Amino acid sequence: MDKSDMRSQGPLYPRDKTLHPKALTPDYKSSLFRSPKMALVPVNTTMSEISGPVFGPNILGEFDSDLTKNYCSAEQMAIGEQIIVHGKVFDENSKTIPNVLIEVWQANAGGRYRHFSDSYKAPLDPYFGGCGRCVTDQNGYYSFKTIRPGAYPWPNGGNNWRPSHIHFSIFGTSFAQRLITQMYFEGDPLIKLCPIANTIEDPASLNTLVAQLDMKRTIHMDARAYQFNIILRGRFSTIFENKMDGN
Amino acid sequence: MDKLHRLKEIPSQTAGPFLHIGCVPNQIGLNTFGGIDLGSVLLSKNTEGKRITLTGKVFDGKNMPIRDGMVEIWQADANGLYQTSDTKSDGSDLNFSGWGRSHCDFESGSWIFETIKPGPVMMNNGSWMAPHISFWIVARGVNLGLNTRMYFGDEHSLNEKDPLLQELKDTKRIRTLMARKITENFYEFNIYLQGENETIFFEI
Ligand SMILES: [Fe+3]
Repeated sequence: MDKSDMRSQGPLYPRDKTLHPKALTPDYKSSLFRSPKMALVPVNTTMSEISGPVFGPNILGEFDSDLTKNYCSAEQMAIGEQIIVHGKVFDENSKTIPNVLIEVWQANAGGRYRHFSDSYKAPLDPYFGGCGRCVTDQNGYYSFKTIRPGAYPWPNGGNNWRPSHIHFSIFGTSFAQRLITQMYFEGDPLIKLCPIANTIEDPASLNTLVAQLDMKRTIHMDARAYQFNIILRGRFSTIFENKMDGN
Repeated sequence: MDKLHRLKEIPSQTAGPFLHIGCVPNQIGLNTFGGIDLGSVLLSKNTEGKRITLTGKVFDGKNMPIRDGMVEIWQADANGLYQTSDTKSDGSDLNFSGWGRSHCDFESGSWIFETIKPGPVMMNNGSWMAPHISFWIVARGVNLGLNTRMYFGDEHSLNEKDPLLQELKDTKRIRTLMARKITENFYEFNIYLQGENETIFFEI
């Protein structure tokens, strides 16, 4: 995409709130005291929301997108089932978006995070940090290599286990497209039991976070592949001079 | 617009308590990405504009500071221009990133930015927005990142003419968007997720 094209794009489509979790989701206990009680105040978007930080591949180091290798020396490798996670980033107009920074973090194969506040008893993997990032190419394509994270129990007042998941932080081309979400794995029976996954009420919407096993992209004798396409908010294609800034 | 090919945005999920691993890995000792977390530095020696320190906390409904959350900011430069992918042609300050990220301190809950005071921003219709900084807040228990705006409490005359502030008729809540000037170069902006001081969050 021509860079000047991004700059000249218009405001975003209003967010379809039915696709997203509500702020207060009592089955997920942490939301009780962290959910605003007042309704969000709708505003007409301005340059402050339409613009946003954009990162190119120049920020990346050699192993940023290989979590099996980026926390150990060259002859070592993270423990677990090796997988490729890949897909394209689109906007709601089906247009692919280049230069989208994707940051990922996850538990190790045993379900343990390399984080001081994770108290789960599963062992740390000395070869796995759990942090990676990549940037979409000119066709909106991204991929990274990692190990399949384990499920883990978490404190929520009951016998709650998180399904295997990878946390995603995604930058579009505008601050209003900023999104943090989680990717799940096709066929995981824990998804439908998970209070966090089920903060999303619409099953079709939740299903868009479930990566599909993709045998076509498997690397022989190395890694299976999962496909996860990411859709960000779309923009009106032209600036409506009078509507863009309201009044 | 071609309705046939409309896709739907994928849904949000909470960033959870371990967001530091992916977003500020060097703050928890992962020593990765060259040792510098993205968004930790907005300025360089040559950045134009008045240096300010901006700090605050994010409070939950029990009035306790959140210590596992993260705040991102996005702002214009000293001349009111945003860094964009087309920056080279619009004259914005190439020595200013405009985007910052700070986790809430693990003990105090404070987030902090060393930045510059943004200039007023001209809108497409020719009117001006008062200097302001866009905020995005994520944390465990926050299902969808929260957007708000910070204005400078000491900019009375510019704030009075700001189109967004003018639209907010509930003047009592407008104060939740105002940073408090502590000293000439130091502002405090506390964010309240719930309660009588609940910050105005925007649907943008
Ligand atoms: Fe997790």
